[in-house]
Formats: sequence, C-alpha cells, structure tokens
Amino acid sequence: MSSIELMVTTAEEPAGAGETASFVRANLRFIRNELRLLFFRRRNQLLLTAVGLFPLLIGIGLKVSAPDNGGGGGGGGPGSSAAFFNQLAGNGVFLTFIALTLLLLLVLPVSMAVISGDSVAGEAGYGTLRYLLAVPAGRTRLLVVKYLAIVAFACAATFLVSVVALLVGVVLFPVGPVTLLSGTTVSLSAGLVRVLLVTLYLCAAMSAVGAIGLAISTFTEHAIGAIAAIAILVVASEVVDQIPQFASVQPYLPTHWWNSFDSLLRTPVDTTTLEHGLLSFAVYIVLFFLIAWARFTSADVTS
Amino acid sequence: MTITTPGHEPADAAELAIASAGLTKRFRGGQLAVDHIDLAVPKGSVYGFLGPNGSGKTTTIRMLLGLAYPTSGTAELLGVSMPNGAVSVLSRVGSLVEGPAFYPYLSGWDNLARYDAADRSAPPKSAAARIGAALDRVGLTAAAKKKYRNYSLGMKQRLAIASGLLRPRDLIILDEPTNGLDPQGTREVRTLVRQIAADGITVFVSSHLLAEVEQVCTHVGVMRTGRLVFQGPLTELRRTGAARITVRTPDVAVAADVFDKLGLREPDKTEDTITAELGDAAPEHVNAELVHAGVAVRGLAVESPSLEDLFVGLTGEGFDVEH
Repeated sequence: MSSIELMVTTAEEPAGAGETASFVRANLRFIRNELRLLFFRRRNQLLLTAVGLFPLLIGIGLKVSAPDNGGGGGGGGPGSSAAFFNQLAGNGVFLTFIALTLLLLLVLPVSMAVISGDSVAGEAGYGTLRYLLAVPAGRTRLLVVKYLAIVAFACAATFLVSVVALLVGVVLFPVGPVTLLSGTTVSLSAGLVRVLLVTLYLCAAMSAVGAIGLAISTFTEHAIGAIAAIAILVVASEVVDQIPQFASVQPYLPTHWWNSFDSLLRTPVDTTTLEHGLLSFAVYIVLFFLIAWARFTSADVTS
Repeated sequence: MTITTPGHEPADAAELAIASAGLTKRFRGGQLAVDHIDLAVPKGSVYGFLGPNGSGKTTTIRMLLGLAYPTSGTAELLGVSMPNGAVSVLSRVGSLVEGPAFYPYLSGWDNLARYDAADRSAPPKSAAARIGAALDRVGLTAAAKKKYRNYSLGMKQRLAIASGLLRPRDLIILDEPTNGLDPQGTREVRTLVRQIAADGITVFVSSHLLAEVEQVCTHVGVMRTGRLVFQGPLTELRRTGAARITVRTPDVAVAADVFDKLGLREPDKTEDTITAELGDAAPEHVNAELVHAGVAVRGLAVESPSLEDLFVGLTGEGFDVEH
C-alpha cells in the first residue's frame, strides 16, 4: 500500500520545469518554517524587544541630559561616535547613528551570538538535528537555511535599532536638513538614504558575525558554549582593535570595519574604506560558511 | 556464529529492506562499537534488533540513517547505498532514533509541520491532511495544539512515531520505541507496530528486551558487544535451543546407561533425576527404552529453553564489561 501511494505522489509531479518549481517551493517552505521558528520563539522575541528598547532608552537619556550639556558637548561615547553626540541636539536623525554605534559595542553582536550559536548546536542539544537529517533535510541544505535565517535576524535586529532610533529621534529632537560630519548639509531625504545605507552596511557586518557563529555552532551540541565563545571572540577582537601595538593585524579583525560606516556620513563618501569593510565581511562570511560546511557535512551526529 | 536465513542466503538486494556488509564503526577513542555486521532484513518482515544496552544497536541505526559515517563496510536501505543516497531514500524511511526529540516550545502539530517542511519531497498541499492523519493514527488528535513540553512520556513517544508516519513509507526504523513507557504504553506501541506491519511496511525495531518484541517479530538479529551473533527468522532462533529431557527416577545409574545407549548427549545426574539433550530422539521412545530396561519412571518431561534463555545465552552478561 505504502509504495503504491508513494508512486502516485511521484507520478503527480511533472518533470522539467515543474520539478524545478516544486524544488523552489519546497525550499521556500523550509525557509519560511525556519523563519517562523526563529521569530515566533519567545526567547528571540524577548531578545529583539530588548534590542529595540535600547534606542528608546538612549534617546530619552540624551534628551534628559541635553540641557546640562549646553548643546550636547558632554554626551560622551567611544571613538568617532562623539561627533554624532554633538550633532544630536540639532537633528534627531543622528540618534540612529548614536544608537547603532553604542549597540555595536555589545548588544548587537551578542544578539547575533545567541542566534547563530544556537542555530546548529541548539538543534543538536534538543536532538531535533538527527530527526531533521533523517527526514531528510539534507546537510548542506539545512546549513544554508540556517544561515539565511541568521542573516534575516541580523537584518531584523539592525533595522529595528535604526527604525526605533529614528522614530524616537523624530519625536524627541528637532528634525530637518542633515549636517554631515564633514560639515556639508544635505536634505532630510538624502539624510534618510544615508541612514538606510549605514543600516545595510551593518546588516552585512552582523551577517559576518553570524557566519562565524554558525561555524562555531557546528562544533558543539551545547548552544550556550557556542554563544559564549562567539561573544568572547567579538570582545577580544574589539580589545585587540584598541591596542596600537596590534595595528598590523587590526584590518583583519572581524570587528575592525564596523565603525567605518561613518564614511557614509561625509561628502564625498570614502568608498575605499567601505569597500574594505564589505570585502572583510564577505571574506568572513565565505570562509566561515565553508568551515561550517566542511564540519557539518563530515561529522557524525551523535546527539 | 551468524546464522543466515536459508531463503535469503544469497543476499538478494531486491528482497532486502536493509542490507549491510562488514559494517563497522570505531569511535575516535578506539572503541569498536560495531564490528563487521552483515544485516539482512527481508522486505515485509518485522525485524527485532536485539541486544543489551551498549551492544552497538543505536550506532548501527545511526549509520543506517546516514547520521554517522561507518569506519568501514557498506549499508543499503531499500537497495540504495548509504550515506550517499540519504537524500533520495530517507523520505521513504520513517525513523525513531534514541528517543523522541522535538521543540519543547512548539505544539505537537507545529513540531510535525516543522519536520514535514524540512522534507524537500513532501507535497506541501497535503501537509495539513498528512499531519492530521499521522496524529490521528497515534491517538494524539486531541493533544495536537498542546505544547510538546507538556506531553507525557508516552505521548512524546507516540508523537515520534507519528513523525515517522507523515509520509507513506516502505520502511520504519524504531530504536527502543518502548523505552521508559509503562505497560499500557508498551502495549500501545506494540499494537502500532502490528498495524504498520499489516500495511506491508517493513519494520526494524530495536530493543534490549526480547519479551517486548517477541510477540510482533518475524525475524530477529541479536547483537553482542558490537557483533551480530544471530540473525534469522524467530522460529529458527527457537529451533537453535536444544530441548532437554528430564526423567525423575530412583534408578539414575540404569537410566544413564539407557541414555548413553540412545546417544543422548550431555547427561546431568542428581540423586533422583537425570536430564540430557533430547536431540532427534522421540520422548516416547526414550520412555519405552527406560521401562524396558526396568527403570522406574516417576516422571518425564521435555523442556525447550525459553526465548529469553536463548537470548541471554547469546548476549551473555552484555554491557561493556566484556571489553
């Protein structure tokens, strides 16, 4: 009985173009399911909520302290972001850049660590990995779907910060033509385009962290271990990036090019720096996806 | 000592749902978990894969399903070589490996939908109908919307079997499906196995308890410390157990002479009983000879060892102590 049913199912599917269509449909269905699993999971929703609250708190904090600073002189902040603080009093749009800069330090990369570290190790820990492979989901296919979901989360988290910060900035601070760091003033809409580009640039940066996390995640069945390892790696990279003696290796650090998004806030835009950054992200993504693939397609699933 | 079924001796691949040759797994630590086993599971059979805990059953199943890679040897599922053919053949194979595993924060229904969505060859249109039917088959329709973490152990086990029934299958592999279940749950699983087999699906079920599968199996394979020490129809396993004749008599010495004359092997005497392997001799003939020799026969019995005895005899004390 069973084999007959099976034959009917197979016969229903037309060859050629129909086969490609059903192949695409099946993959889209898997990706949709993975995204549902990711974004409907309560833990991840809480994580995103927490990430989204930060720009709000930063906005309120800066608004409250603004009068004392007499034009935003003492906002303080790491590195180049000090410049954004000075601009905020004049334009709410700058809250996006401030929020992104501050959250890049820890909150966004740690969120990526949680999601990417959990991606494969979490499935292994639950034991669901062996059933997914027995389904069969296909090892390479599962890994691709996992990474696409990580990229989706990277974009969701980054855009969430930008959008919340922008809304809070608009409500709490004056909005108008944007004066860039180089002193040039562009229209509000041109300024918003720059916000979009900065956000996309950081989506790529976070996707690179996600690729590293995916690779680490394939080496363990303890999600928490993978998450911790990624978080430590990010912090270590940030620390090394601050020590002048390590200048020669700094361009190769995964975190080195994150703050280079401020190139987008100058005219003319320093495209060389951006290209270096994007190249660095791309190399990290390709390299670590390959490591993840090599490991995942050759290792015994023992969980 | 591997006993092959006479009918399946020439490992006819087309007739076998599972076939392995020299399948071996050595763990990184050097421990030989599975040692050159040649499985031959005939299509349409219910094959009990028996052995104590730690005898290599689960490792074998992991290799059959492509979850673990063999150190050497080959394995075929439904005539397709594993692990290379995993993607093409596994959609025809339902499995439960080392207990149920699901997402605790999803409902039973969503868990099945998750596994179904991962199957690239599962028709999406019929997903809801198939999930509903699978849940119905294991009696979980009422609990479909309940979160998995609130399921009882028996429900979890049944949900795992349901996930094996999401698609029409040709082979179902169940690894210790009754582990941790109460007698009621064990009976339910046994009934399910019978129903699945009645549909013509080959069932490969592992267990460390013979009694659990004895009632449903047609064939058995017995593992002992990584080796397959018996394989064949259940009836053949029964035959391998030598029947013994026990005679209760005050004339033990005379009886022993008669036994010797009749060629009964391995006699064992006590004060008023004597036992020996019956072999091909007919008990009534032995009785007649005893009486003829003037032995006062007070009692005579023929006993075949229980399957459990045979099983324990084959598997020994089991566990890793033998290493």
